Amino acid sequence: MPYREHSSLTTDEKLKKILRVTKQQKILLMQGKLKPNEEARLIEETMSQITKEFAGISFCTIAPNNGNGKEKEKITTKLKNNLYNLTIGKRDFLTIIGPASIVREIRKNPTKIDLLLHQTKRKK
Amino acid sequence: MIKKLKSFLNRFVKKLFKKKKTIKLGFYGPPNAGKTTLANKICQDWLGEDMGTVSKIPHETREIKVKEKIVIKSGDKELEFNLIDTPGIATKIDYEDFLRHKISKTQARKRAKEATKGVIESIRWLDNVDVVIVVLDSTENPYSQVNLTIIGNLAARDIPVLIVANKVDLRRSNIKKVESAFPQYKVIGISAQKGKNIEKFYKEVFELVKR
Repeated sequence: MPYREHSSLTTDEKLKKILRVTKQQKILLMQGKLKPNEEARLIEETMSQITKEFAGISFCTIAPNNGNGKEKEKITTKLKNNLYNLTIGKRDFLTIIGPASIVREIRKNPTKIDLLLHQTKRKK
Repeated sequence: MIKKLKSFLNRFVKKLFKKKKTIKLGFYGPPNAGKTTLANKICQDWLGEDMGTVSKIPHETREIKVKEKIVIKSGDKELEFNLIDTPGIATKIDYEDFLRHKISKTQARKRAKEATKGVIESIRWLDNVDVVIVVLDSTENPYSQVNLTIIGNLAARDIPVLIVANKVDLRRSNIKKVESAFPQYKVIGISAQKGKNIEKFYKEVFELVKR
């Protein structure tokens, strides 16, 4: 989902879209990141929609510096990034959201992300 | 910057004109991190009673529990607060996971349903707490999205946070990893079950409330 596709949406619309895609058993790659309150709302919304078939989601945001976005930065870099984010939005972040039935775990370490999927039984 | 200045001024004005109320201290974290074990330790130390039941099965605490007027002491200082133990926050709850803990299907489904409500309640209570202890299992990877979401939401609300890296008595415990995941927060390693470092924890609670 490119940034322009969700940047103008309200939180409710954004969450509705995310959950609609993940409930279709698809993994969503979203350019940009959710705000902290949107992340909390996403968890709330997910919990309210859990059924026997839909066990929830796994999600994770990758920061542009490959870390958790909280490492100490130089003031100039910080200013440059803040200006960049203010003008064109947080486009250099990537958010991965997948249904729990497919994504077993998203293991995040400062420098890499492991997307662990459930094994599916194939019919011979 | 403007936001921070605004919240600082708000807190300053509130402090000036409002009557001192009892602090609401919230315990947040993922399931099975030891929130209730720590809450029990505090209640046992200062009230002589437990706060809730603990279990190896995730989502044992499925509703908010409040213990009012707990008074703790450190040196000659005294602190009164209401302790709020919250259900663990998760992004997925599969009733089949509970079956592995040898409980019946009906019980597992009931537990899952209650757990989802508990998570929602925990998130809603973020607006009702004054200070928060984030309890993490120091044997687990701290970079989980749940942890980041909790911390991010507390930072956005400007709520003072202390991170407790629990279960330091276990061999796989790694406090340094917790510290490096959240460099801008104070992290204290404890074992709520064994009572390790608990005095240091109480001192940090006093420091946290002062902020």
